[in-house]
Amino acid sequence: MTLDAALRPYLSVFSGRFQLMLQYRAAAVAGFITQCWFGVIRILIFAAFYAGGAAHAPMSLANAVTYTWLGQAFLAFLPWNPDPDVADMVRSGAVAYERLRPVDTYAWWYARALGWSLARVAPRAVLMVAFASVLLPLIGLGKWGLPPPPSLDAGGLFALSAVGMVLLSAAITLMLNTVVVATMTDKGAGPLAAALVNTLSGMVLPLAFFPDWLRPWLRAQPIAGLVDIPFSIYFGGLAGWSAAGAIALQFGWVVILALVGRVWLGRSMRRLQVQGG
Amino acid sequence: MNGLSLYGRYIAASIRGQMAYPAGLAIQTVASFMITVVEFIGVWALFHRFGQIAGWRLGEVALFYGLASVIFAIADAVTRGFDVFGSVFVKTGGFDRLLLRPRSPALQLAGYELRLTRIGRFSQGAIVFAIGAAMTHFVFTPFAAGVLLFAIAGGVALFAGLFILQATLAFWTVESLEAVNILTYGGEAAAEYPLNVYARWFRDFLIWGVPIGCVTYLPMLAAMGRADPLGAPSWLTPLAPLAGFAFLGASLFIWGFGVRRYASAGG
Repeated sequence: MTLDAALRPYLSVFSGRFQLMLQYRAAAVAGFITQCWFGVIRILIFAAFYAGGAAHAPMSLANAVTYTWLGQAFLAFLPWNPDPDVADMVRSGAVAYERLRPVDTYAWWYARALGWSLARVAPRAVLMVAFASVLLPLIGLGKWGLPPPPSLDAGGLFALSAVGMVLLSAAITLMLNTVVVATMTDKGAGPLAAALVNTLSGMVLPLAFFPDWLRPWLRAQPIAGLVDIPFSIYFGGLAGWSAAGAIALQFGWVVILALVGRVWLGRSMRRLQVQGG
Repeated sequence: MNGLSLYGRYIAASIRGQMAYPAGLAIQTVASFMITVVEFIGVWALFHRFGQIAGWRLGEVALFYGLASVIFAIADAVTRGFDVFGSVFVKTGGFDRLLLRPRSPALQLAGYELRLTRIGRFSQGAIVFAIGAAMTHFVFTPFAAGVLLFAIAGGVALFAGLFILQATLAFWTVESLEAVNILTYGGEAAAEYPLNVYARWFRDFLIWGVPIGCVTYLPMLAAMGRADPLGAPSWLTPLAPLAGFAFLGASLFIWGFGVRRYASAGG
């Protein structure tokens, strides 16, 4: 079998899911409006803290503003929940059919998760960039907007790190899917994961703002690659070799999570018990 | 049976229903607690670094934060029926059934569910408030306790009014109702900090537009015995939560208008 033929089912499940999720336009607009509001609150609070003295601030206010808008633009990448379709399958028992498909279940679900997250992020991110990078400067609020990366290098490294962010997001979604398969319920995994992901990624607060002794630990853990690493690279807070190291760490975690996740999902699927007819 | 005892029966049934899955209930309550706790860790880290915001210290902000969180937890727990009104009642035509019963639809929706999982968020708010009270040596005088209870009642009324407006919108569209979240969840998020930290336009919106500041910021100042740095007269600050009840009244009026023009989608 050629590589092309081997990849075809995964590509088609990816593009199918992507196109389906892209249809939810009203949800995208509502999400965009909500994210603008939360972005404004966060920026106003940052501005008030900085106004009282920025001597101990780990980054400039402008960079904190950039970080905030990027966070709102890419919010939907945060793996707060297992894939809802997988949760439905587990609830209905249809998950048993997944074992009958002549494909690798992990790769199959991974492709679905990628299509799901990319399609949810794409319209929101486009609207957010139009708002924060184009509209705000046009109405004279450029200081509060989202500027482009300061250099070509930063832009290139960010692009690379953004790929890592997308792959990491899907790998964590697959972990949550596996928890759902193993525990036969989606009640537990989602909400607790959301609490962890929000803080450890840097979404609640850029990791650099946490006490200095905590920072090396916060940067090294896998979830930093969802928000803190790519966004710090974007505004140049991480540059050169430290940026390259952070990206390597990000991809390293993707590989580790994918390997562990694949083994764990395989075991859970073999132990699957479907009741009733 | 009068409205209140009917509401009591609805709530008792809802609690029994949720108790049928104790493990799920416990996990979701703990999760609701954890999510809000980690958010407060973010606030703590900011104060660890900056020391103060617009003259307020961590302990004082914790009081505002705790009050807003407690108010929102209660409001979110009691208004579930309005929150899901568009998807559960209008889209499916289920609202027709409510209209056939000889009781007000608003009462039936209020009794739809009392979300016990919100105990998680409520406890987080109460703990944050207690920590703030200990840090600032807050004194629970009868006056302060009275103002706080009044603020909680007015605040629950205000957020209930917002959820009712969200439900009213469902008579016109069931799309994008989550955009109202910016006023409910987003309003609570804004009220976690004292209003004088914000820019003028944003503050004005939170006092005159959707009066969230009237149920959190102003009464909290009164309970602390502090003058408003923005200059609201001190006789007004303990009375400000009245705005929440007025908002609920206006929301119910608009809701009634929406109910009268409701036409079933059939089915």
